[in-house]
Amino acid sequence: MAIEERQLTLDELRGLVSERAIEGDTVLLNMGPQHPSTHGVLRLLLELDGEVAVNVVPDIGFLHTGIEKNMEAKSYEKSLVMTDRMDYLNNLGNNLCYCLAVEKLVDLDVPERAQVVRVILAELQRISSHLIFLGTHALDLAAASLFLYCFREREHVLDIFEMCSGARMMTSFIRPGGLWRDVPPEFEGAVRDFVSYLPDRIQQYESLLSKNPLYIDRTRGISAITAEQALEWGLSGPVARAAGVNWDLRKSNPYSGYERYEFDVPLGTHGDVYDRYIVRIEEMRQSLRIIEQAIDRLPEGPFRSDNRKFVPPPRSELGHSMEAVIHHFKLWTEGFPAPKNSVFVTVESPRGELGCFLEGDGGPKPYRVHFRTPSFAALQALPMMSRGFLVADLVAIISSLDPILGDADR
Amino acid sequence: MGVIETAVDNLRERLGERILELREFRGQTTLVLPGEALHEACGLLRDDPELAFGYLAALTAVDYWPDEPRFHVVYQLYSHKHAAFIGLRVPVGGDEPSTPSLEPLFVNANWYEREIFDLFGIRFEGSSDLRRILMPIDWVGHPLRKDYPLGYEEVQFTFNFDEINRRKPYAKE
Repeated sequence: MAIEERQLTLDELRGLVSERAIEGDTVLLNMGPQHPSTHGVLRLLLELDGEVAVNVVPDIGFLHTGIEKNMEAKSYEKSLVMTDRMDYLNNLGNNLCYCLAVEKLVDLDVPERAQVVRVILAELQRISSHLIFLGTHALDLAAASLFLYCFREREHVLDIFEMCSGARMMTSFIRPGGLWRDVPPEFEGAVRDFVSYLPDRIQQYESLLSKNPLYIDRTRGISAITAEQALEWGLSGPVARAAGVNWDLRKSNPYSGYERYEFDVPLGTHGDVYDRYIVRIEEMRQSLRIIEQAIDRLPEGPFRSDNRKFVPPPRSELGHSMEAVIHHFKLWTEGFPAPKNSVFVTVESPRGELGCFLEGDGGPKPYRVHFRTPSFAALQALPMMSRGFLVADLVAIISSLDPILGDADR
Repeated sequence: MGVIETAVDNLRERLGERILELREFRGQTTLVLPGEALHEACGLLRDDPELAFGYLAALTAVDYWPDEPRFHVVYQLYSHKHAAFIGLRVPVGGDEPSTPSLEPLFVNANWYEREIFDLFGIRFEGSSDLRRILMPIDWVGHPLRKDYPLGYEEVQFTFNFDEINRRKPYAKE
């Protein structure tokens, strides 16, 4: 397909920046996509009056990999691996969201053990994602040591994922109908170790930042938004909760048995960068609470559904059961069919509301998959949040949103 | 009576025959409406304090090529008060597809509409800023349409190497 070369004309710029820029009153400056504090490949067009950002125009799409189009060409089971690559700090959360959508579409139930393991893994993933946020956020504000500490802690979580699935990041461990395989016997001990030693560490990190006057100066009152603004702009997760929106999908629309766990939803009052940081720190503590309760109740039993029409039979059955061989063959060559209808499922990812719109057409491949991703929504609100602040604040604002460009661009 | 039933009843009362279809599937409700009734329906869902569907949770489109109407634009609204989702679908014809923008009611619709414009080629009338968002600005075509090929490379064996090589799109001067 021929691609015509064309350049951005002044008229096209006219709608994006103010008239002052066209008269030369303000300066246009390009930031990114290759910039360490844009957390990936986010490009921003800044309109500056001195050092104050008059306008910010985000430009995304540098990491667009056509995941939704690719999933349409794969069976339900096989397109799961694409979800890992979307939000690469929340792989298991993406797996979970997609699997819940498939399970809802084909009406498949998940055994209790798998539900509990899913909750443990999703919360571990939330902690590891928030650790990355904490490290990179501090690094952007020139507190470099925290970055190293956080990555050290995160490595423990990745070790647990590797123990379960063999992969540190692209796990594809949560599958429609349950899990890929059972967690190993060492899993419980490793999780308990992690849960017992992390609270101390969180305390230490907090003591490095929370009362640090340099940190407070750069974050208090920066990018403060109200609860109404947050909802108007479709914000969710820690950014909205920092503004005082009491909304957590784990509480309001529970999935995977979250209604049976006791935890609090930390809220902020100012909606500024500092509150977003505090909310995330507190969320890590609440996640530890959930993991503790979950690991205590981890039941014995099957780790995936025994509905053979959707879930492959265990290897041991293949040697003596003809039905098992047929099911295995059908599932791995053709896949399972899903009804001609659509569902919309949401989960609370570390960044906010992650939604999966899934439509089937009666065949073994998804007819349409769409992910409503929290980073996309957060970046849309970035101009609203950053107008009138300094360029140096902009770095703090971007990292406080914790955007993942793989999540925004898909 | 749940909030969804109330919402459906209120919409029926207001829009009457203009509700084309009511879909119930796995406990989720989706209403199919024509584009010109969208603002009225969303306004009612958002502004009625009993319903309070004030949050646009997701917006996407589906391509039913070669059927007509070719596209459905799918809206998901959320009510924080009732913790409930409701879906709306707007059919859009395949010939120069266009439908009213939801931006006057939900300001965050803009980027979702840009994404649909980019990937499906549906125009949103009244949108403040309808540019491509994910694909490069000079891209030709709309990749998520069903008649847009996924693209793959033919497998070359020794017996057909030259034949495939001839029509392979190498970078040329």
